[in-house]
Amino acid sequence: MKKTVLNQAHRDLKARMVPFGEWDMPVNYGSQIEEHHAVRKDAGMFDVSHMQAVDLTGDRVRDLLRYLLANDVAKLKNQGKALYSCMLNQQGGVIDDLIVYFMQENWFRLVVNAGTAEKDIQWFQQHAPDYGVSVKVRDDLAMIAVQGPNAREKAIPEIAIFAGATLSAQAAALKPFHAAVGDSWFVGRTGYTGEDGFEVLMPQDKAVPFWNALNKAGVRPCGLGARDTLRLEAGMNLYGSDMDEQTSPLEAGLGWTLAFDPEDRDFVGKQALETRKTEGHLQKFTGIILEGRGVLRDHQKLFDGETEVGEITSGGFSPTLEKAIAFARLSADAGETLHVDMRGKKLPVKRVKLPFARAGKACY
Amino acid sequence: MSYIPSDLLFTSSHEWVRDEGDDTVTIGITDHAQELLGDLVFIELPEVGDTIEAGGEAGVVESVKAASDIFSPVSGEVIEINEDLVDSPELVNEQAYDNGWIYKIKLNDPSEIDGLLNPEAYTEVVEADEH
Repeated sequence: MKKTVLNQAHRDLKARMVPFGEWDMPVNYGSQIEEHHAVRKDAGMFDVSHMQAVDLTGDRVRDLLRYLLANDVAKLKNQGKALYSCMLNQQGGVIDDLIVYFMQENWFRLVVNAGTAEKDIQWFQQHAPDYGVSVKVRDDLAMIAVQGPNAREKAIPEIAIFAGATLSAQAAALKPFHAAVGDSWFVGRTGYTGEDGFEVLMPQDKAVPFWNALNKAGVRPCGLGARDTLRLEAGMNLYGSDMDEQTSPLEAGLGWTLAFDPEDRDFVGKQALETRKTEGHLQKFTGIILEGRGVLRDHQKLFDGETEVGEITSGGFSPTLEKAIAFARLSADAGETLHVDMRGKKLPVKRVKLPFARAGKACY
Repeated sequence: MSYIPSDLLFTSSHEWVRDEGDDTVTIGITDHAQELLGDLVFIELPEVGDTIEAGGEAGVVESVKAASDIFSPVSGEVIEINEDLVDSPELVNEQAYDNGWIYKIKLNDPSEIDGLLNPEAYTEVVEADEH
C-alpha cells in the first residue's frame, strides 16, 4: 500500500484506514456524518496528498493543453485562474478529470486523480515533446484541502506562519477558482465539497506540522467517507464511478465542460463526441432521490415500469437532506416515474436536477 | 480492539445475545460490527409476533457505507422491538450493548443459547477479523 506523508498523523487521530486504490487512506476518524456537518457548517480538512500535481512548462504549453483537454485553456486569461476539464481519448472516453491552473504563460499546473496519475503522466509525456513541453511530476509536494464556510478564516493565519505573510495576503485576496503561489507553497481557492475553502500544496516535510496546526485552530480532520457524501450533495462527479474511459462526458453530466467553440480548435476526442452527438439517443445523467427509508448504492438498477432503464453510478446517504441520494445514468427514453431495485424490493425514486444541496440547504 | 462485555453471548456474524433468565433473550449487533459499518442511518426492525429461525434474517442495518443483514442468533417469537432505533439509529453506534439493543425473543428451545460463542471465543473472531 502507498502511504501519504500524513499516514501516521491519521493513525494518531484514531482514523479508520481503508485501501483506496493503491493508497492506505482514512475513511473517517469516528463519525463520517459529524465530519460531513463540520465541513458544511464550520471547517474540515482532508489529506489529498494521494492526488498528483504535475507542472507542464514550455513556451507552447498552452497549445499543448488546448489539444489535450476538452475544456479550453484559452479561457484562462488571468494568472492563477483555474479550470475544470476532462482529458479524453480518441474515442471520446474520459482518461481523467482534472483541474488546471494558469501560473505563467510558460507554466501550467495540473492536479489529477490518484488512481489515474500514472496513465495521465504517460499521456502527457507522449504528447509533450511535439510542443517542446517539459513534464515535471511534483512528488515533492503534499496536499491538504481545507473546506467549509469558516475554512479560509481559520487557514489564513496558519498559511502566514508556515508560508509567509506575502502568500497569506495573496491567499486572503483570492477570488473563487484562483490560486496563488509562493516559493514551494501553493494555495488554490478550489475544492471538492461544494463549500468555500482552499486546496494547499506544500513541501512533504511541512504537511504534518501544517495539519497539526490546522487541527489546533479548530479545523476538523475528515476522511474519504465525508469527502464522498459532500461531493455527491454538491453534484460533483467521481472518476471511475460516474465516468471512465468507456463513458463519454456527454453521458456523465459533463457537457458543460466541453468547449466545442471555437470551431477551429481541435482537441483529442472532439471528432468522436461530435459523431456521438449527431447519432443522438444519448444516455441521460441525472440526480435521484429516495423519498422513503434506505440508502441508494452504486450499481443498483433503475426501472421504468418493468423495463430496466439504467443504473446508479454513485449513491449514498445525504446528511444534509437526511435522505438517500445518487447520480444515475438512464436510457434516452426513460420516463420520470422510476423505481430502484433495492435488494429485491422496488422502491420509488424521484429524478431531480443537480446539485442536491448548496450552502447547506436543499436546492433540487 | 472494540469492547466485548463479559456477560453476553455472541455469533460469528457479530450479533450479541443477553440471556434474561426467563427463556427470553435480548439481541443486538456488537461494538465491532457498528465500528465496521460506520454511522448507521436506517434500521429495518422485525415485527412483534414474527417467528424467526436461528440464522434467519431478522432485519437490516444500513450505514453510510453498506447494508448488512441482522441474522437471528436463536429461534423464537419476537416479543419486543426497540422503536427508538427508527428515529435514532445512531444509538447502535453510541451504545451497541445498551440503548442500541434491537429486539427481544421468546426462545423456542432454551438450550439453543448453549451453541453461541462465549466472550473469549468471540474475541478470537474479532481478532482474526482485524488482521
